[in-house]
Amino acid sequence: MKVKFYILALLVLAVSASCELDNFNEPDADFTGNIVYEGQAIPVARNQVRFELWQSGYGSPAPIDVAIAQDGSFSSRLFSGDYKLIFLPGEGPFRASSDTLYFNLSGNKTMDLNVTPYYMIRGAQFSQSSGTVSGTCGVDQIITGANGRAVERVTLVINRTQFVDTNSGGEGSIAQVDADLSDLSNLSMSVDIPEDAKKPDQDYIFARIGVKVEGIEDMIYTPVEKLNL
Amino acid sequence: MKKHIYLLLIASVAIWSCSKNDEEFLDRPSTSILTQEQIFSDPKTTLSVLADLYNRYYDFGTVEDWASLAGFNVAYWSEAGRYPEFQNDGWGYGAWGTWDYAYIREINLFLERCSEATELTEEDKTRFLAEARFLRASYYFEMVKRMGGVPLILESETYDFSGDASYLQHPRETEAAIYDFVISEAEALKDILPNDANTKSRATKGAVLAMQARAALYAASIAKYGATTPQVSLPGGEVGIPASRANEYYTKALEASEAIINGEAGGYGLYTKKPDLSENFSSIFYDKANNPEAIFVEDYLVGGGKTHGYTIVNQPRFGAEEEEGGRINPSLQFVQSFELLDGTYAPLENEVGGAPVYFDNIGDIFQGRDARLAGTVILPGSKFKSTDVDIWAGVVLADGSVVSGDSRGQQKELPGMTGQVQVVGFDGPIDGLEFTAQTGFYIRKYQDPATGSGRRGTQSDVWFIRYRYAEVLLNAAEAAFELNQPELAAEYLNDVRERAGLTVPLTAADVTFDKIVHERYVELAFEGLHFFDLKRWRLAHVILDGNPISPEEVTENIGVATKRETQPYNIWPYKYYNPGDANDGKWLYRINRLSRITGSDRFRLGNYYSEIGQGLINNNPKLVRNPNQ
Repeated sequence: MKVKFYILALLVLAVSASCELDNFNEPDADFTGNIVYEGQAIPVARNQVRFELWQSGYGSPAPIDVAIAQDGSFSSRLFSGDYKLIFLPGEGPFRASSDTLYFNLSGNKTMDLNVTPYYMIRGAQFSQSSGTVSGTCGVDQIITGANGRAVERVTLVINRTQFVDTNSGGEGSIAQVDADLSDLSNLSMSVDIPEDAKKPDQDYIFARIGVKVEGIEDMIYTPVEKLNL
Repeated sequence: MKKHIYLLLIASVAIWSCSKNDEEFLDRPSTSILTQEQIFSDPKTTLSVLADLYNRYYDFGTVEDWASLAGFNVAYWSEAGRYPEFQNDGWGYGAWGTWDYAYIREINLFLERCSEATELTEEDKTRFLAEARFLRASYYFEMVKRMGGVPLILESETYDFSGDASYLQHPRETEAAIYDFVISEAEALKDILPNDANTKSRATKGAVLAMQARAALYAASIAKYGATTPQVSLPGGEVGIPASRANEYYTKALEASEAIINGEAGGYGLYTKKPDLSENFSSIFYDKANNPEAIFVEDYLVGGGKTHGYTIVNQPRFGAEEEEGGRINPSLQFVQSFELLDGTYAPLENEVGGAPVYFDNIGDIFQGRDARLAGTVILPGSKFKSTDVDIWAGVVLADGSVVSGDSRGQQKELPGMTGQVQVVGFDGPIDGLEFTAQTGFYIRKYQDPATGSGRRGTQSDVWFIRYRYAEVLLNAAEAAFELNQPELAAEYLNDVRERAGLTVPLTAADVTFDKIVHERYVELAFEGLHFFDLKRWRLAHVILDGNPISPEEVTENIGVATKRETQPYNIWPYKYYNPGDANDGKWLYRINRLSRITGSDRFRLGNYYSEIGQGLINNNPKLVRNPNQ
């Protein structure tokens, strides 16, 4: 009899503990897209540029940070609901609309976010020969006038992995070189691939060019290019 | 029948115990809680409340937390659990934040209650109130350094439980307004507080003037150098000070510093009691008897219940009083930045044209430099507590290969020798072995030479100096330099440099921004001031740019303010073993970077002012976020 009583008590506990109220549905909506200018995605450094999503209606508000990937895309798995999207001032190598963007999410959604970069890199070409990577490109000023900013440097970055940027220190680049800025429409730079006896040989390398704008932390890049050695 | 008797007894007890004096009887004064009136009627109890407020003073760097003194790659941290600090790429936006309005409220309450007190003498009361105001200004200064402008709350506030707390929500003041508050409080307090250079751990005229000088200097440099980073500002001025105010603040800084230098606050001066200049420099930090240099300190007392373990965690591992120590390992960059005695910069000459230089004695490579080097750093071949340190990394053979060990003082057999000999020092350095001198150096500053200071059961009572005279001189020098008075700047700098044994005085033409930066770097290292220097000159994002340091550049550009500081390097002594060779038994040095250092620090613009947490903003929507976060 006593044993049965315990079983009963456990049963009651189990039933009452698994109450409907505690159970949320899992996040069910993918929010994806790119940050674009004139339909072209803007590549940036990995995990350096982000925007904020705010969902109202659940206790104290806190932002959901969405980091932008290397190729200018983003994706976030979210609960369905109403969202506000904000670009923080000073974030990213571009000027985004300072207006808050409202949107509703129910199910998956793809949305491209229009921003205006300070510069665009045009016609980037990479090549390699006998241990040297070369790159050429032109830089086009997009924002001019009072809000325009000068180019601080244009840098060719190479790395052994597909994550290439100047911000992540040794993780993001094994070598980099700045271009001579006398003619912004025709820039060229080349850098030797450093030898590192501790690392295994590989017959490919990744490269991209980045533009640092004066007074802006985040750089704007070309897409990552894989070069076979 | 017996039952009835008991009943009767109980009834009678119940009746008798109901006397009409019940309330009086139960109303007993507490023996464990003091009432407000009791506290503020006796100067001793009032002082003990004040002592609690003193004890809660916020220091960015303190001897109670060794890591807080050694950040930003001025040193490597020789503790296994801390290596990740050298493997990441920077700091979160919330780092270094402080927001203790409970402390502010308690100071405000103290001020209100103490000023209502009737039984304290006017003299006591004035001093207590002035001290509390000094502590409040000190904390606002600490907050503005880290957070920018904050709400300025000068009286205790109470919630009325009406359900609407909006009247308790205050917006942030401008950064300049908080600095102005600190400066004006100092102005008001300087003639109230005692003019006594022998009072070190309570507020004095000297302490408040030193605070004023530092605050004015910080505000001035933010105004001036903030112009180079316009992104680090907010439209409402909560962060950033208009450049037009720079001169006004520099003037104030110079004025306040000179008040101390001219003796208006009592007999402060440079500590020059010991003939050996290096020993003299390290004594500033542990000699507590008639030390004219210390202006305001956090004091400790062995046997008095207030001690700290700075020496335990940093003592040389060999001969340590506990099985630990050696945590702060100053970097090669820091050590080489000490000038030669004639005031020129030079790298440590370990190689000439690719060939190693051989030294007769292990410490020779460090000879002929600024005396503060040996006073700040325990170098190979030097002593601590009259015991030699044993820092050497291994034996170099004739072909340049190294024989070394992976435990302290390990013995091995060398080629052509029978029997084993020691091949590595008992203090290391051994790459990755915690508590050994992994950069080749230990810290000396603030280490306590007293016996037992390295024992957990005794600990150390070396004080932590918050304001000292040499900093006042350097503040004056910087302000004078910025106000276009280089002769005056040179004079103050030379006072500090002369004590360091530098033989060639600076002329007015020698005083540059880089020189000022350098002088503060070497004089005030490991005192918790370096970080704020980097911030206010807006140099932090330049020298901590996230790029690794190459072995070629590490020895270049010594003394240049913008020299990269993203990773600490090391320089290790080796014994040369080549019997028959003229150099056999001599010492050579190799520069390297430790294998555990894989990251390089990047200071983002959003790190200049610490993040105000989302929880705080939710509670008070009037708070503006800091820029770039």
